[in-house]
Amino acid sequence: MNAFTRFASNRGAIVGLGLLLLLVAVVLLAPLLYPQSPWRMVGRPMGAPLAGSFLLGTDTLGRDVAAGIVHGARVSLLIGVVSTVVALLIGVPLGAVAGYFGGLIDDLVMRFTEFFQTIPSFALAIVVVAILQPTLLSIVLAIAIVSWPPVTRLIRGEFLSLRSREYVQAAITVGQSTPRIIFTQILPNTLAPIIVMASLMVATAILLESSLSFLGLGDPNLMTWGYMVGAGRSRIIDAWWISFFPGVAIFLTVLALNLVGEGINDALNPRLRKEDRK
Amino acid sequence: MTERVLHVEGLSLSLPNAADRRFALKDASFQIGAGETVCVVGESGSGKSMTAHAVMGLLPPAVKVAAGSIRLAGRELLGLDERDMRRLRGCDIGMIFQEPMTSLNPLMRIGDQIGEMFEAHGALHPAARNKRALELIEEVGLPDPAHIVRVYPHQLSGGQRQRVMIAMALALEPKLLIADEPTTALDVTTQAQILRLIDRLRSEHGTAVLFITHDFGVVAEIADRIVVLQNGEICETGKTGDVLRTPSHDYTKRLIAAVPSLTPPEPRRLATATPALKIDGLSKTYRSGGFFAKGREVAAVDNVSFEILPGETLGLVGESGSGKSTVGRCCLRLIEPDGGMIRLETVEIQGMTQRMLRAHRSRIQMIFQDPYASLNPRRSVGRIIAEGPVAQGVDRSTAMLQARELLDLVGLAPAAADRYPHEFSGGQRQRIGIARALALNPKVLVADEAVSALDVSVQAQILDLIREIQNRLQVAVLFITHDLRVAAQICDRIAVMQRGRIVEMAATAELFANPAHDYTQMLLAAVPGREAFAHTHETETNHVT
Repeated sequence: MNAFTRFASNRGAIVGLGLLLLLVAVVLLAPLLYPQSPWRMVGRPMGAPLAGSFLLGTDTLGRDVAAGIVHGARVSLLIGVVSTVVALLIGVPLGAVAGYFGGLIDDLVMRFTEFFQTIPSFALAIVVVAILQPTLLSIVLAIAIVSWPPVTRLIRGEFLSLRSREYVQAAITVGQSTPRIIFTQILPNTLAPIIVMASLMVATAILLESSLSFLGLGDPNLMTWGYMVGAGRSRIIDAWWISFFPGVAIFLTVLALNLVGEGINDALNPRLRKEDRK
Repeated sequence: MTERVLHVEGLSLSLPNAADRRFALKDASFQIGAGETVCVVGESGSGKSMTAHAVMGLLPPAVKVAAGSIRLAGRELLGLDERDMRRLRGCDIGMIFQEPMTSLNPLMRIGDQIGEMFEAHGALHPAARNKRALELIEEVGLPDPAHIVRVYPHQLSGGQRQRVMIAMALALEPKLLIADEPTTALDVTTQAQILRLIDRLRSEHGTAVLFITHDFGVVAEIADRIVVLQNGEICETGKTGDVLRTPSHDYTKRLIAAVPSLTPPEPRRLATATPALKIDGLSKTYRSGGFFAKGREVAAVDNVSFEILPGETLGLVGESGSGKSTVGRCCLRLIEPDGGMIRLETVEIQGMTQRMLRAHRSRIQMIFQDPYASLNPRRSVGRIIAEGPVAQGVDRSTAMLQARELLDLVGLAPAAADRYPHEFSGGQRQRIGIARALALNPKVLVADEAVSALDVSVQAQILDLIREIQNRLQVAVLFITHDLRVAAQICDRIAVMQRGRIVEMAATAELFANPAHDYTQMLLAAVPGREAFAHTHETETNHVT
């Protein structure tokens, strides 16, 4: 059975993948579904869901909640994916170098990594965003800065164990250069754990971004889910829908990403799977 | 034969649908009497371990019993529920496994682990348990039992742990002892001791022994009767002497013929020339510890010197931890030696930087032990072989063409170049490994236990291949092995290593005829099945001449 069929036979992963595809479709269709700016006041303030012409109701200023969620999806996905890529770009090379060369280099890189790990990641993200002014770029940067250390640790571990494999020894013996060995011999064999970790990191990044926006540290020009939850929280008793629906959107997205991540993990590491004994 | 202890009749074990054959074991019948040792022999995948697992009731969930019966002293074992089976295990059936390093609980003292055997079966009072544990430790020949009961497994050597496992297996005086490759992970001298111990306990207690092994030498040492398995079917059974001397089935004949003889072939005459590899005063010391711990020093290689002529094979033999692998890796500078000279033809490589060394890498290549770990699973076979020449500046398409020729040279179809390593068997992968080593046209090949992971018939083919390539290309080979039989067949000269030093070096025939050093004599005496196989091969050569 290959990895793809194993993934397809995992019901949770398929549900997660379905949700993700739906989300991507929403992002792509956003200009058609809600061509107007989500910031525009379109109706009576605090209109209940389904009461007027608005599916999910309106917020305290009469803005359409559904339009906010659809446009917010784009920001959430964008920040989740881009910050994960940036975190991988920092974490993978550092981990590879530390694991491959070992010794003093390993010590230096790992102490540097631990330095970041000793600071609570959310607090560090807040500080970075506050210093740099909240823009899309600074938020991506802040999330990436707090999420690369686990990547480095993972990759270092993989490199440490793969480096002593006989095929790597063989590559040294035939005279391949060190960068070639790292890129063609070892890195392709660490892809599986990288993919799994990345899918889970996207979920964490979306949560982090929402938390930042909730605290009012989001990009003020962008409608995001976290901002919507934060803005509606003072009216949670009389207008629950303003916070509730963006919250559901965050919940479903993170859940979907976790399900897909688990599914990929099981598909790529079939031996680690809990055996179903019957 | 006295009373039957184990009676297996018409036993078939079915495999899941995706497997390469339908039955792990098909219609197998054999029996073991009290005080008798029956060896189940076969190559990997023959179903010999499944047989042992079936008797213990420990089959993997995917394997099911399709037909047959297993009776222990007249009682049917198949169909017993887990609780009854648990009562039987340990009590009526004792077990010893292959890996002495992992079959003991690292967090429990030896005495407690043996005591647990009694506790699990509700036997003896706690005080009596300790006394019995001491007796058992004494019986399996471990020194200072009062001390041994208090130590943890990591404080014991592999052989000592296997003795503890045997003490546990025999604690409740089982009627049947199942030993699944119990000596495969051990050194040859330890193996000889363990085999003697199992044999002595069998005769003293009248235990029936089901012994699973792939090694005909071990069979000759210990078995009363042999069951030969091929692809899950019994192809021959009989008395050990009869089967070894006059095997009737073709497969058995082939297996026995493939066991390398301890009698070396006629020495070859070699032209004197500049040595292809010369090592002088090589040393390597491992230091452990860091900032806080006080370091421990182990001299893995201590002042080792030798040279190999073009076309010559020098064997480096010794037990695990003797430093033979470290020497091999130091020659390629995969491990940095602390001191000494390494000269390849006329070039001394010991002081070079890795960058300078890269240009000279093609002179010396390595064949690795594990055919499953030595090929990158994500690259096609052709690219794996072409990597060396490409790294040395040959353009890719030429290197790929050359890779196909090399595959042909090592006896594989050139089309194999487009496939991936997992599509090949262990022996085929080892051929790919050899093709990779040859791709750079080296003057020296270091073969580190290159045939140890292979079945005996495949092993013979790979040895032939190495010999043939050596004749054709006149490479010098440093052949590192723990197996004296293999060394006898392929090496021109042999260096015996013990604790990092070469204690004796001589031409193969001379070394086997008149071993000078005590340690060499001990190693030679410990080779299992020494008499039996010396005999078969003499008669065989008589037939031929």
